[in-house]
Amino acid sequence: MSEPSTRPSLPLAAIVAFAVIAILPLFLSDWISFLIALALAKGAVVLGVVLLLRGGLISFGHALYFAIGAYAVGFLANRFGIGEALVGLPLATIISALVAAALGLLLMRFRGIYFAMLSLALSMILYTVLIKFYDFSGGTDGLSVRGFTLAGAAPAHPGLVQYYLVLVLTAAVVYVGARFLASPLGYLMQAVRYNEIRIEYLGASASQAILASYVISGAISGLGGALVAYLVGHVSPELAFWVSSGDFVFVAVLGGTGSVFAPLIGSIAFEFVKNYALKFSPNTWQLTLGIFLLVVIYFQPQGLWGLLTRLRAKLRRLRQ
Amino acid sequence: MIDVQNVSRAFGMLRAVDDVSLSVGEAETVGIIGTNGSGKTTLLNLITGYLQPTSGRIVFQGTDITGLGPRRVTALGMARSFQIPQLYTGLTVLDNILIAIAAHSGRSADFWTPMYRSDCVTKADELLALFGLRDQAAATVSNLPEGRRKVLDVALSVILEPKVLLMDEPTSGVSARDKFSVMDTLMPALKEGGVTTIFVEHDLDIMERYAERAVVFDGGKIIADGPVADVLARPEVRRAVLGEG
Repeated sequence: MSEPSTRPSLPLAAIVAFAVIAILPLFLSDWISFLIALALAKGAVVLGVVLLLRGGLISFGHALYFAIGAYAVGFLANRFGIGEALVGLPLATIISALVAAALGLLLMRFRGIYFAMLSLALSMILYTVLIKFYDFSGGTDGLSVRGFTLAGAAPAHPGLVQYYLVLVLTAAVVYVGARFLASPLGYLMQAVRYNEIRIEYLGASASQAILASYVISGAISGLGGALVAYLVGHVSPELAFWVSSGDFVFVAVLGGTGSVFAPLIGSIAFEFVKNYALKFSPNTWQLTLGIFLLVVIYFQPQGLWGLLTRLRAKLRRLRQ
Repeated sequence: MIDVQNVSRAFGMLRAVDDVSLSVGEAETVGIIGTNGSGKTTLLNLITGYLQPTSGRIVFQGTDITGLGPRRVTALGMARSFQIPQLYTGLTVLDNILIAIAAHSGRSADFWTPMYRSDCVTKADELLALFGLRDQAAATVSNLPEGRRKVLDVALSVILEPKVLLMDEPTSGVSARDKFSVMDTLMPALKEGGVTTIFVEHDLDIMERYAERAVVFDGGKIIADGPVADVLARPEVRRAVLGEG
């Protein structure tokens, strides 16, 4: 995998890309707009996974924070009748960050397969809790997320408002991710991957770097989950299931780790391939997805972002 | 400044360091020599918290540091370089330097301001020039020759502005031309800064030129300790280190 870029790269291209995404609802059907918004929100979670990948840590349990964020707004709307996004989104982010801080104290001691499996186990504990405690969580039925409002107003076109809400917050998350990658902590996370002994002999702490990164990653992922909850209007234990975590890692590989934009590109590609695969081959859609990933890994090991980078380099050469 | 008191370290049946006592004063420059496996590196590892002694005490500036880990020892003002350079091999030379600068200035947990801050880059550039690494600033460390990696490893420990610097074979693998130029730059600067320096070395030229005091290890024990010229002239030292007679 390629290294994540160290500075917010392509700012102009990013602005253009977000501007294009902003006008898409004018030309596209509602369901495609929904799909893009869903992909962007999930892309935020994938970015959380990528931030940890920088330190060589593969989280197979990021569905935990995805589900916590989603259930936070689910509880708020369903149990307390508060569908206000300006309350739900910060609350979901804070709760996710707090849980990440608590669990990070345990996880920061582990590396490699142990980190991956332990994070998976923790997400499956939440999954089981959500399934078994019916009165609390709605069990397998989940909870509906009704009464969406933004700044106290119930929008006439909630889908459109949610689309732009997702777009703005995804842009904010990408900005935070870019700042992180270019920061001393971002570099220290990368150093964790290469040499923890030297980190300790510089007087820094690899474990604390992992903990801090894990909290940021968890917070971002919780926000992504909350956005998905508003978009879909329903939360269920499947959000915490290991398959969800696997999807996030899948998308991280698919998009590549070369940029903070890569998770978004990977997520959009994933959602579209998945939906069209479901439409045209409902019984074998997983096979289609698997083949798609294999093809990408075989021909473009640096993910879809690597493909864009190569195209850009070719265009530059042609111009010269 | 550093008092190693009757320290031993065993690995199973092998006593790598056997009841060693050593005192090193402020701003002293001590060279440690000995054959491979005589306990030199183990002693450095014990002082810097990489290994815990089986018995004995290590006191640094009046503080018992026996059993303290590398981070806490570093926080007290010790820094070290390694026999096998400990670097971030997938990153550039400049990245390595900047990470060390950020760590030394307490910015390791900063996730918002850029690591490539202009004042830090300027400081890094000065260090790169000092260690002759400026031309390789953008090179990925894994692509550097061993000698250059060694120099970078030393540079990372110097960035911490330590009170005590421990270097494990700082010039091994460094070209004959470079090793004196690096040491000629580094050692007077350390002396001027009042830094206590302990280095392990096989190269007797380096020992004679830069150490004030030589400590000789053999079989996990110190067999000689004193002014370099005197120590290196002793028959038992020449027998143990050079295999003479």
